[in-house]
Amino acid sequence: MTTKPLGMVETKYFEFGRHPHEIALECGKKLGPLTLAYETYGALNDDRSNAILVLHALSGDSHAAGFHPGDKSPGWWDSMIGPGKALDTDKYFVICSNVIGGCKGSTGPSSLCPSTGKPFALAFPMITIGDMVKAQKYLIDSLGIQRLLCVIGGSMGGMQVLEWVRAYPEHIRSAIPIATALKHSPQQIAFNEVGRQAVMADPSWDNGNYYGKGSPERGLAVARMIGHITYMSDKSMEQKFSRRLIEKNYSFSFKSDFEVEGYLRYRGDSFVKRFDANAYLYITKAMDYFDLSGGRFIPQGKKIEVRFLVIAFKSDWLYPAYQSQEIIRFLKIHGLDATYCEIQSTYGHDAFLLEIKEETHLIKHFLDKTFHGYDVAREYVI
Amino acid sequence: MSFDTMRIDHRIIYGIVTEGAKILDLGCGAGELMFLLARGKNAKVQGIELSEQSIYKCVEKGLSVFHSDIDSGLPEYPDKSFDFVILNQSLQETRKVGLVLTEALRVGKRAIVGIPNFAHYRSRSQLFFRGRAPVTPTLPYTWDNSPNLHFLSITDFYDYCRSHGITVEKTFFTASSGHVHIFPNLFATAGIFVISK
Repeated sequence: MTTKPLGMVETKYFEFGRHPHEIALECGKKLGPLTLAYETYGALNDDRSNAILVLHALSGDSHAAGFHPGDKSPGWWDSMIGPGKALDTDKYFVICSNVIGGCKGSTGPSSLCPSTGKPFALAFPMITIGDMVKAQKYLIDSLGIQRLLCVIGGSMGGMQVLEWVRAYPEHIRSAIPIATALKHSPQQIAFNEVGRQAVMADPSWDNGNYYGKGSPERGLAVARMIGHITYMSDKSMEQKFSRRLIEKNYSFSFKSDFEVEGYLRYRGDSFVKRFDANAYLYITKAMDYFDLSGGRFIPQGKKIEVRFLVIAFKSDWLYPAYQSQEIIRFLKIHGLDATYCEIQSTYGHDAFLLEIKEETHLIKHFLDKTFHGYDVAREYVI
Repeated sequence: MSFDTMRIDHRIIYGIVTEGAKILDLGCGAGELMFLLARGKNAKVQGIELSEQSIYKCVEKGLSVFHSDIDSGLPEYPDKSFDFVILNQSLQETRKVGLVLTEALRVGKRAIVGIPNFAHYRSRSQLFFRGRAPVTPTLPYTWDNSPNLHFLSITDFYDYCRSHGITVEKTFFTASSGHVHIFPNLFATAGIFVISK
């Protein structure tokens, strides 16, 4: 099937939680009014049964596909969303929602506090994955969608998928958690903590009160560099950089000699232009707090009707396949209809953004079956 | 596809499986059998398969399948949670036959086991007269590239069931010509056993 570009898209803003309807957060505080940034692609059908909610990872945003005016590159999952693609906008109504606590158009630590008129900074309450999903539920309700065809996302997006299943199983027909986990392991928490410490060790951070002054760019860049190392694999780094030098010879100084150094510095520097340091702290902490292990994911005796497609990648050492298998373990215990695939890939955690052919194959057919039942298999000839 | 053009082993298993049954297919391959059972018998099917390429083919057919080996058992499934557990031409490829069979009979009310018969007369004659490991249309692999880890006969499987207290409820024996009714251990290339414990 041929695919077509999605063309121009725009970010929309959903406002809710005005006094006295503030939302109650898991930390015990209340937050409101709130803004949630989102984009939609394709059209909602008459019986509102074709809506898919896409959830993004740590540094992502609601701009998942298509182009914004003047942009050279499309949204972060453009290869998966559009006419004829895995999330086929000729058939499905695709929504990508941002998260609260972030800095991409939704309410977060850099937003203005209504009572002071200044940025919240660290006065912003702690946010959890549960709170992010709770806010998204308001958005989905406002769009008049009773039951989503699917919730899908990788990494932190996958955590939100799992939280959707936990909190609103009757409002979703299927779930596709990719390269994710029911809880962060100590190793994952450790990497996040090193990132946070890098931000907080930067003198410009100033206890979070850097708005209007210089932001802690060095610290945030270092945090992002560490992140990028964990998203790749030993093999993908070897293939991408090996020990290649930027100049012909060693500089015998602390300039970037190796291509890998240049790459990490470039990634770090470009990240600070688009991301708020406090939002980085809040979101990574939300990921670390997330824990649906034990009976929290699907309580004992609870009957839910959600189909699952769980995807992991062989070389992903940040979210190793055993964490996806742990999700599968619970699905088996509850006798749920589920598919698990561990895709052969050398890209490491980044694979969920790069292994498009394999993901497309799995997701396209899985959605077809969810949407139409076995009737889709008409096309399949034995 | 009509019933008549189905592979003979699929046709036999199709006949055994009851309408709307809950089924676990261990080593389900590309899912042909599961697809027939899901569409024709309205069965609720779940597969487990080791090959990544086969997973894609199963998903293409709208089937649900876990990418995993079956040697580590099925610890998550409660006892008797499936009407049938199918092991069609996959048991001889598993490392831990005893564990796989025990687990299949624990989580399934019944198991349907399809095995190749290594004591078919053609295999016997190749071994006896030519002194070589048999290569036949139903056992097409040479010794060095065979996925089969265990070489068993129909009689061996009967013996195994008897010594392990497994009830053989029904048997079907086949060769390229169709069903085999006499001396199956000599004339059948494959056996299908419905067993329970």
